[in-house]
Amino acid sequence: MTTQLPDPKLRQDGLNDVPDADGPADRKAYKSDQEVRWCPGCGDYAILAAVQGFMPDLGLRRENIVFVSGIGCAARFPYYLDTFGLHSIHGRAPAIATGLAVTRPDLSVWVVTGDGDALSIGGNHLIHALRRNLNITILLFNNRIYGLTKGQYSPTSETGKVTKSTPMGSIDNPFDPVSLALGAEGTFVARTIDSDRKHLTGVLKAAAAHRGASLVEIYQNCPIFNDDAFKAFKDRDTAESALIPLEHGKPVRFGPDGKYAVIREPSSGGFFAVEADDVDESQIHVHDAHLRDPSAAFGLSMLTDHGQLHRAPIGIFRQVEHPTYDDQARAQVRTAREAHGDADLEALLTGKDSWVVA
Amino acid sequence: MTKQVKQLDRVIIRFAGDSGDGMQLTGARFTAETAAFGNDLSTLPNFPAEIRAPAGTLPGVSSFQVHFADFDILTPGDAPDVLVAMNPAALRANVEDLRPGATIIVDTHDFSARNLTRAGYDANPLEDGSLEDFGVHEVDLTSMTVEAVKEFGLSRKDAARAKNMFALGLLSWMYGRPTEPTIEFLQTRFAAAPALRDANITAFRAGWNFGETTEAFAIRYEVKPAAMPTGRYRNITGNLALAYGIVTAGRLTGLDVFLGAYPITPASDVLHELAKHKRFGVTTFQAEDEIAGIGAALGASFGGALGVTTTSGPGLSLKMETLGLAVMLELPLLVCDIQRGGPSTGLPTKTEQADLLQAMYGRNGEAPVPVVAPRSPADCFDAVIEATRIAIDYRTPVVFLSDGYLANGSEPWQLPEVSELAPIDPGFASVPNHVADDGTESFLPYQRDPETLARPWAIPGTAGLEHRIGGIEKRDVTGEISYDPANHDLMVRTRQAKVDAVAKSIPPLEVDDPDGDAKVLVLGWGSTYGPIGAGVRRVRAEGVPIAQAHLRHLNPFPSYLGEVLRRYDRVLLPEMNLGQLALLLRAKYLVDIVGYNKVRGLPFQAAELADVIRGLAEEVYDS
Repeated sequence: MTTQLPDPKLRQDGLNDVPDADGPADRKAYKSDQEVRWCPGCGDYAILAAVQGFMPDLGLRRENIVFVSGIGCAARFPYYLDTFGLHSIHGRAPAIATGLAVTRPDLSVWVVTGDGDALSIGGNHLIHALRRNLNITILLFNNRIYGLTKGQYSPTSETGKVTKSTPMGSIDNPFDPVSLALGAEGTFVARTIDSDRKHLTGVLKAAAAHRGASLVEIYQNCPIFNDDAFKAFKDRDTAESALIPLEHGKPVRFGPDGKYAVIREPSSGGFFAVEADDVDESQIHVHDAHLRDPSAAFGLSMLTDHGQLHRAPIGIFRQVEHPTYDDQARAQVRTAREAHGDADLEALLTGKDSWVVA
Repeated sequence: MTKQVKQLDRVIIRFAGDSGDGMQLTGARFTAETAAFGNDLSTLPNFPAEIRAPAGTLPGVSSFQVHFADFDILTPGDAPDVLVAMNPAALRANVEDLRPGATIIVDTHDFSARNLTRAGYDANPLEDGSLEDFGVHEVDLTSMTVEAVKEFGLSRKDAARAKNMFALGLLSWMYGRPTEPTIEFLQTRFAAAPALRDANITAFRAGWNFGETTEAFAIRYEVKPAAMPTGRYRNITGNLALAYGIVTAGRLTGLDVFLGAYPITPASDVLHELAKHKRFGVTTFQAEDEIAGIGAALGASFGGALGVTTTSGPGLSLKMETLGLAVMLELPLLVCDIQRGGPSTGLPTKTEQADLLQAMYGRNGEAPVPVVAPRSPADCFDAVIEATRIAIDYRTPVVFLSDGYLANGSEPWQLPEVSELAPIDPGFASVPNHVADDGTESFLPYQRDPETLARPWAIPGTAGLEHRIGGIEKRDVTGEISYDPANHDLMVRTRQAKVDAVAKSIPPLEVDDPDGDAKVLVLGWGSTYGPIGAGVRRVRAEGVPIAQAHLRHLNPFPSYLGEVLRRYDRVLLPEMNLGQLALLLRAKYLVDIVGYNKVRGLPFQAAELADVIRGLAEEVYDS
C-alpha cells in the first residue's frame, strides 16, 4: 500500500524509479539515534524537522533515500536522518552524488550543503551538476557566514561585512545563489526560509518531485555568528513587506493587503517593486516558472538585496522539464547493450589483428 | 631484378618527422604488420606535448621506434639500425641516437636552405660529410608520392600527406612485412573519403614498388618469426590493456563499471577506450575536473558499482583529498595514475616513475593505500585485475601506477582464457550483522572481517542496513562519530593493519637466479622491467651470475622481501626517479640499496643498464 500523497503528480516525476514503501511511516522512522549537535536556536533544527516531517509523505522505501553532504554545519544533516548517508569532504557532495545518481536510478539522492561549501570551495561542482541537470535535490543552507570555522565572511556575505578575517570590512561582491543557479540554467530553482515551515515543506516537496537538478536556497539563521541576517523577513512588522512570494501563474504582489507589486520595465527588461496603486493591474508581472528562457526568473532574482537583506523573492523561480544527465547516460548504456546483444569479452580482447602461434 | 636477402635476428627502426607527418600512425602500422608476421616486438612512441609545434623545427619532431626480433625481446631497443627522417629537423633530432653504420632513409624534399636553418643546421648534412658513418639513402619521398597519387585529384598538400604511406611501403618491402593488414586498415579508415583512401593505398604500394625496382636499395632483410609459447596473440599498448583489464574486472566482479575522469595526457586514451564499451556495462563520465572525477567514482562505489578514476601526476595531486576520504570510508576504488615527467606540468608526454611517494604518502594523516604497478604494456591487464581484487576484498582504494612508456608502448600479448580468470566476489552485506541482548538486530558498518579486517559493503537500497559514514573519525565497530583519543589511535592502527594484511594474499617475490649463485640482485618496479631484464641478460651472457626480481606490489611489499634483499651482497635498483623505492626499502628493511637514477623522460636503455650491472658485479666478484 502506498501512502496517500497530497499531490498525486509527485510520484510520476523525479522519484518514479524509486521503490514505494511497504506501508505508511511516521517522522520517527526518519530520526536516527544520533544526538543533534547544532547550536541552540540554529535554523538547521527547523529544516531538519521539516525534512523528517515530510519524508514519510514521499512514500519511498527509506533504504532507497541517500543524503550526501560536504563540510560545514549543514553537512552534519545526514547523521540525523535514518536513511543512507554520506558526510563527505568540503564542496564535493555534488560530485559524489553524480556517481551515485548515474549508477542508481532507484535512489532518491539529496545533497545538503551550505553557502561556503556550495558556492566557494565547491562552486565548480555545483554549476556543473546544475548544467548537466542531474536528478538530485540540492538543499543550500544559506546563513551568509562560515559557522563551523567560527565566523569568517562567506561568498554570500554582504560587501563591507566585518568579520574576524575582514576587520576593515569585506571587499568581495556576494553571489546570489538563485541568480547563480539560474545562470547555470538550473531546471528547478527555488528559495525558501527556515522560519516558514509550510513554505519550506511545500518547496522541498516540489523539489523532490522534479526530475532533474533541483536547487533550493534556504535562508537559515546562524544565531552565533550572523544573528539577524534575515531579521527583516522574520519580524512580524517587516516580513510582509520584505518577502515577495512567487506563485506560478499569479501576479507578483506582496506587502499588507497586496500593497506592493512587481512590474517589468519594457526598455531594460528589469523588474521593479512599486506601490500597486500607482500602476494598472495589467502592468503587474505574472510569474511564469515554466518559461524555458530563464531571463525573467533571473530578473526576478535581482530583486534580492545585495547588502543587508530587506527584500527578497521566495518560491519557485524556475521549473522546466529537460532531459537529465543520468537518464541519458543510462539510456546510452542501454542502447549499446540492445544494439550489440550479449557483449562478447573474448572478441573484444582478441580484436581484429590477432595471430596464432602453433 | 633479383635482390639479395640478408638474414638478421633483430632490427630497430625509428620513424621520425613533423608532428603532422603521421609518424605515430606509420609506426603503429609497421608494428601491426610485424606482429602479424610473428616477430616478437616492443615499441616506443615519442612525441611533443604540443599538437602542432611549428613545422620543421626540433620541438615539432615526433618519432616512433619499433624493435622486432626472431627471439623474445624486452625493450624497444637502444640505438636504431634504421632511421626514416622526413625532414632536416627529424634527422638532426635523432641522428645522434643511431648506431655506427646505421641506415638513414631521408626525404630530401624539404632540405632547402630555409628548412636547414630552421632545424639549426649551418650546412647541409647530406653534403658536408657529417653522415659518413652511416648508409644514407637520399630519396625525394614527397615528390614521388605526389606523382604517384596525381590521378586522384587531390590538392598538392593532401597528396603530399600520403608520403608517410610511401615510406611505410618502402620499409615494408625492405623487411618483408605483409601488406594486406595495412591495405585493409586504409580501406576502413578512409571509407568515407574514397580519394584519400585510394591515394594512401597507392602511395603505400608505390613505396613498396620503389624498393622492388630501384637500384638504390639492393638488399632486403629477413627477420624470422620468433619462437613464442603457443596461443593466440595480439599487439597491445599499456593504455589499451588497462582499459580492457577494467572491462574484464567488471565482468569478473559482476559489477557495472563507472569511470569518472578528466582529460589528461597520457591517461586520456583510457577514457576514450572505455567510452566505447558501454555494452559491457561501462559508464564513463567526463567530469568538470580531476576532483569530480574521483568524487563521482567514489559515489558510484558507495552505490555498489566498480568505481574507477584515471589520471596522471598533477591529477593525482588534485584527487588526494578524496582518496583520503575513500581510505576513511573503506570503499573499493581504483585510482589509475599514468605517471609522466613532473613536478607540476613537467613533461606531459614523457615517462617517469616519480609519483610513488605521492601515491604512498600524498595525503593528510595516516592514510595507507595499496599500490600496484604493471611491468609491461600487456601486464597492465593483469595488474589492474589484481588491483581490483585487492580493492574489493579489502574494501579499500588502490593506486595503480603505470607510466607514459607503458601507456603508449606496445608488445605482443598472449590472450588469456577469460573463463579461466578467477571471479572476484563483491560480497555485499544483505542482513544486519549484530543482535543485541534484547534480540534487536542492527547493522554495524565498521564491524570487520577477522581475516582481512575489511568492513561490510552495504549499499543503499538494502533494507535494515541504513547507516551514515563520513570523513570524520569513527568509533570502532559502530562507525559513529568519535573524537576519543584511544579510539582514534586504534582506528589509525587498524586501517594500517588492514592494508598490511593484503600481503597475506599476494605471492612471495619471485627471484630469477638461474644458477642460484648470484651475489648481485637487480631489483625494479613498474616499467623498468624490460630494460633491466635486457641488461641482466647481456651481463649473464658474459658468464657473470646476476639475480633479477621485480616488484608488482609496492604497498604492502610481499612477505619476506627483507630476507630476499639481505641474501645478496649488493642490491641494485634502477628507477626513473631520484630513489623513491630505494628510500622505502632502506627505511623498512635497513638494507643498503644501490640506486641508479635517471629522469630524462625516456626509459632506460639495455646497454646502459648492462654497463651499470657489470660495474657493480665487478666490484663484488673481484673483492
